[in-house]
Amino acid sequence: MGQITLQGVRKSFGPVNIIKDANLDIEDGAFVVFVGPSGCGKTTLLRLIAGLEDVTGGQILIDGRNVVDVPPAKRGLSMVFQSYALYPHMSVRGNIAFGLKMAGLPRPEIDRKVEAAAATLNLTPYLDRKPRDLSGGQRQRVAIGRAIVREPKAFLFDEPLSNLDAALRVQMRLEVTKLQKQLGTTAVYVTHDQVEAMTMADKIVVLNAGRIEQYGSPLELYERPANLFVAGFIGSPKMNFVPGGAAGEPGVATLGIRPEHLKVAKEGDGWPGTVSVAEHLGSDTFLYVDAGKLGMLTVRAIGEFSLKAGDQVWLSPDPARLHRFDKDGEVIRK
Amino acid sequence: MARKVTSRRVWVSTVAAWFFGFLIFLPILWMVLTSFKTELEAFSMPPTFLFFHWTTENYATVQERSDYLHHALNSIIVAGGSTLIAMLIAVPAAWSMAFAPTKRTKDVLLWMLSTKMMPPVGVLVPIYLIYRDFGLLDTRAGLVFILCLGNLPIVIWMLFTYFKEIPKDILEAARMDGATIGRELVYVLTPMAIPGLASTLLLNFILAWNEAFWTLNLSTLDAAPLTVFIASYSSPEGLFWAKLSAASTLAIAPIIVLGWFSQRQLVRGLTFGAVK
Repeated sequence: MGQITLQGVRKSFGPVNIIKDANLDIEDGAFVVFVGPSGCGKTTLLRLIAGLEDVTGGQILIDGRNVVDVPPAKRGLSMVFQSYALYPHMSVRGNIAFGLKMAGLPRPEIDRKVEAAAATLNLTPYLDRKPRDLSGGQRQRVAIGRAIVREPKAFLFDEPLSNLDAALRVQMRLEVTKLQKQLGTTAVYVTHDQVEAMTMADKIVVLNAGRIEQYGSPLELYERPANLFVAGFIGSPKMNFVPGGAAGEPGVATLGIRPEHLKVAKEGDGWPGTVSVAEHLGSDTFLYVDAGKLGMLTVRAIGEFSLKAGDQVWLSPDPARLHRFDKDGEVIRK
Repeated sequence: MARKVTSRRVWVSTVAAWFFGFLIFLPILWMVLTSFKTELEAFSMPPTFLFFHWTTENYATVQERSDYLHHALNSIIVAGGSTLIAMLIAVPAAWSMAFAPTKRTKDVLLWMLSTKMMPPVGVLVPIYLIYRDFGLLDTRAGLVFILCLGNLPIVIWMLFTYFKEIPKDILEAARMDGATIGRELVYVLTPMAIPGLASTLLLNFILAWNEAFWTLNLSTLDAAPLTVFIASYSSPEGLFWAKLSAASTLAIAPIIVLGWFSQRQLVRGLTFGAVK
């Protein structure tokens, strides 16, 4: 079991409020990703759950029990750090076994569990090496091994892949997701990379300036962003925002259209504009279109190679996929 | 751009390095040489360098007049004891300042260091009187105590800088793994800090071994370490250079041997953190 509930969690460092009233329900077995720009409080929120920081107010429940006064080790969670934080003087075996040793498990059982964890992560040949003799990806796996061997209620990941190169990151992303599904253990994962968030998460928590902006599945966030921040943060290239009045929608402060939901044509009706830059990526073409008083719009066109800078185009948005926001930036639901 | 190292440059630097090395080593060499001369030759003008009548009579006289082993044992006990006690106090102190700092931590550190800026002679009289009244004069315990206190700021500072270098994440990982503070110290922090602990221990031992001001003033015979043993040869009946040199050579021999074998640790300790 690993159900984590946050109720009115607050955290301040002196006069600075890092986390403002966070409420969240993480179901057992879910893979939940905290995502947001740097400084939004996502790592702090994770550390509060871990118990490495004390809450200023509110409750953190793990399987229904309030744990705010419980020390980290007694919360039954394990954590993978951004820097891996391996014990440099211990072998891989020692690193993975450390938590079990601290728990006072008998030696044969420790050995059995360490071997099993190492086998799962393809670390068996490296068990007697020191961390300094391992590559980045292997160190990362040791850090994960150290987390899974304790059979925790939940894994906490603090930007674990950010120190890896791009190719390895994609591979480890898959491995972590696969492992989590296989073990069925709740996971809370912090990242600033929205691609990681979209690909790995069952549910995403979007944080901004210490507040939870939205909590939902990746597609929910993509299709039904609750406010301007989420709309702008999820999706790449970024959603286009145009003033509602200029687009012919008086009651709407801001109208949002994703670049992939704008149809481009060389003639006909829609919003006129001039292509200022065309980026041909092969499969996609990104057009940056100057649409007069609507501002600069990004268009993602598939297989459209004929357009170049200076061309006159007409843009028509897919009416079913428009996002309407009021003057407070909240979505207008019909 | 890599600097080109010509063989001529290598030659020049080698010669210069040897020259300065020799210059620094000269006083010690001269002392050792003098200890093998007769008293007459010891201050002959012009001085003789290697071609003199080698004799070990000074060593015999020194051993006859005073008990080298007694003083050496005192030095070992006083330097060793004060170092160990200082380490026992300093490790937890530096640990808390490095890993659980408060806004006053920096002030405390500076205050501790400031005690080293005061000339010891300024407090000689009060300390002497306290020692007299508590019966600590000329006792090993008394010397251990004062040397321990005297070196504590340096020991804490050194350990503090080492501990600062240890990534906090690793200690947090240990905490997540269920290590109590005690176990964190024993299984994680200490093994990672061993190079730092070793060089602090060595340096502190050497400092305590060489400490002369307090040992000369607070001990006479029973607890007197080798510093007192040396000083007893600059006697009122006139200077006996050769015997003084012999006594000095005997006094510094153990620490030179120790330093020789641990120079790698010492250099690493003193430049720790300077280069990544």
